[in-house]
Amino acid sequence: MSKSNLTRRGLLKSSAVAGAGLALPTIFTASSASAYMNEPTGGSVTLGFNVPQTGPYADEGADELRAYKLAVKHLNGEGDGGMMTTFSSKALQGNGILGKKVEFVTGDTQTKSDAARASAKSMIEKDGAVMITGGSSSGVAIAVQGLCQEAGIIFMAGLTHSNDTTGKDKKANGFRHFFNAYMSGAALAPVLESQYGADRKAYHLTADYTWGWTQEESIVAATEALGWETIETVKTPLAATDFSSYIAPVLNSGADVLVLNHYGGNMINSINNAVQFGLLDKQVNGKKFEIVVPLYSRLMAQGAGEAVKGVLGSTNWHWSLQDEGSKAFVKSFGTEYGRPPSQAAHTTYCQTLLYADACERAGTFNPCGVVEALEGFEFDGLGNGPTLYRAEDHQCFKDVLVVRGKENPESEFDLLEVVEVTPRAQVEYAPDHPMFAGGNLGECNDGA
Amino acid sequence: MDAIILQILNGLDKGSAYALIALGLTLIFGTLGVVNFAHGALFMIGAFCAVTVQRILTLSVETIDETRTDFLGNPLKVKTPYVENWFGPEVGAAIIDWSVPIAILFSIPIMLLIGFVMERGLIKHFYKRPHADQILVTFGLAIVLQEVIKYFYGANPIPTPAPDMFSGSIDLGVLVGFDVNAIIYPYWRLIYFAFAALIIGGVFAFLQFTTFGMVVRAGMADRETVGLLGINIDRRFTIMFGIAAAVAGLAGVMYTPINPPNYHMGMDFLVLSFVVVVVGGMGSLPGAVLAGFLLGILESFASTTWATTTIPGINQIIIYLVAIIVLLTRPRGLMGRKGVMED
Repeated sequence: MSKSNLTRRGLLKSSAVAGAGLALPTIFTASSASAYMNEPTGGSVTLGFNVPQTGPYADEGADELRAYKLAVKHLNGEGDGGMMTTFSSKALQGNGILGKKVEFVTGDTQTKSDAARASAKSMIEKDGAVMITGGSSSGVAIAVQGLCQEAGIIFMAGLTHSNDTTGKDKKANGFRHFFNAYMSGAALAPVLESQYGADRKAYHLTADYTWGWTQEESIVAATEALGWETIETVKTPLAATDFSSYIAPVLNSGADVLVLNHYGGNMINSINNAVQFGLLDKQVNGKKFEIVVPLYSRLMAQGAGEAVKGVLGSTNWHWSLQDEGSKAFVKSFGTEYGRPPSQAAHTTYCQTLLYADACERAGTFNPCGVVEALEGFEFDGLGNGPTLYRAEDHQCFKDVLVVRGKENPESEFDLLEVVEVTPRAQVEYAPDHPMFAGGNLGECNDGA
Repeated sequence: MDAIILQILNGLDKGSAYALIALGLTLIFGTLGVVNFAHGALFMIGAFCAVTVQRILTLSVETIDETRTDFLGNPLKVKTPYVENWFGPEVGAAIIDWSVPIAILFSIPIMLLIGFVMERGLIKHFYKRPHADQILVTFGLAIVLQEVIKYFYGANPIPTPAPDMFSGSIDLGVLVGFDVNAIIYPYWRLIYFAFAALIIGGVFAFLQFTTFGMVVRAGMADRETVGLLGINIDRRFTIMFGIAAAVAGLAGVMYTPINPPNYHMGMDFLVLSFVVVVVGGMGSLPGAVLAGFLLGILESFASTTWATTTIPGINQIIIYLVAIIVLLTRPRGLMGRKGVMED
């Protein structure tokens, strides 16, 4: 006679394991009634805006959120239409997306990869978001892009400048409108040569994470191609606040250019420290010492104050541009919020419109349909001239701006002046360029 | 040689900030026995006193300039600070230029008040609770203060420059026989160091040479006996909490021209300052000052290219490494007293 060994504890354990096993396939899997993940069934569609609402980039996140809300307004046919009126594609009608009213939920990335993934996951699972967009850091963008790929959701990246986002970490479900570190180098190099000459010695201070590394690599390659010599590249901890210990060795290194591969608070403090040490007043090798900040943002320039005056850098977009798209966006945003939009606001607004337009052209919210519609898409009227969403890596190719800290600003927003609009052809590169090697888009995932 | 001198100067400068914050922390711990995790927030509030003074001095009247346009193409609103209208453009601009030194005067009563309110309103209720509870409540308070500042001033750093005449740098090398440009150091960082030395000296003199200070020192040594002598030691300790808050606040005000302040700056200094207090010896004022400067100098040298290429990452761990070594060899810290936190 057989004897059952089933105990209460054993039963509980077995049940828990079986329950977890049954639940597992349903995580990030579309319900049986849906053709793809989070297929909108009612009269509305939900987008997930994942931006830093707390932490050091909260102001940048707030500007992104303003832009998203404006885009939703325009998509739903409210307001003046903004760049929808200048966008070369005329698929958007101001009646939502595919006739469904656009609604949104927001998440807080805190500029931390784990928090950003958790908030994106919550928006996908609990709120039924069909697309996730936003962010102010490459670390966050790469983490959330990976999550969206697994979930079968489209990710429209916000502010992310690392080559890796559309390089070794690219994903089929992820798209980047913002420019990247390689493009900054390619755009800056000719201007640096014309302004400072081909015989320069550069010293790099670099934030020690993915974005800093790729930017340093890009700028070193671009400037060495001019004939510049790289004296030293020094990695600084992301958490560093006082850069005096890193600036002091620059004084007697023989360098006559300091390149700050820093962003946000790092850049604000490092450029202030460099100016305090009198670097911009020095003459080295018979030349005036110069500082270069390859990636600028207006909010950074605001924080750095007087220190940015005369300092060259690059940016994705600036509100002073006079093309019809930029003028329409600045007017719309300025009237709504009483301030001109930042480059973060511009790229996130564009990404929302581009996603909506792709859904309209594809006739579906199915991520694979959207991917197909965005790949190789040529458009104009969104402020950067004729632009291509390249199929091979999902990177946008468009003009890049070289800017300089303005000597005599007329307002708190008038901090950068455009030195040159670098044409798209000058910042293009082959999909298999070594700086972008090692990644694979893979197949699009619709979560079904 | 010039590089070594520069790093020593950098170290003294960093050490000044650590020493000032650690001094306040030790004062509070030594008198009230409270581990105050909100002390970094007091440093941050001091910095925002400077921002507030700057904002008050630049309060402006708006006039319309029809000849210029804003970003929307509307006539430009030109802002003219009231002080420039009242005292003339030159005197007005000079007053705004000196907003940080003016903020020193403004911040002292504000910080004393904040210190008193903090101590009487919250921290006194936790004297008899375990240190873990004190840490939790003061850390929570620090987060609340941070978020309040962020709500009013935003998350982006706010430039608060030094007066124009102190914004440049001085060629110290030439003064002591080195080549031109060999040892260049910013004026304001030298002023910060001198200011810190003055404040530290002032606090020590106050404790050493005044009757009030003598009673406080007696209270630190044996609170119960001083109480039995009929002295209201609690009131004096509350005043010491206010003074510690003012010291942290002044350190914050003076720090604003070095790095533009943001709501998070207190946390950046807090953990390091606690390490400084532990290395110096819990409750030891000279220990806190000595450890502050020592760790500042070590941190500076660890950030040099030579150090980071020899031992990668040393710049990020040096302070904690020293703390481990000191605690293993001298468990009470460099100048710690027997019996403090040992019950």
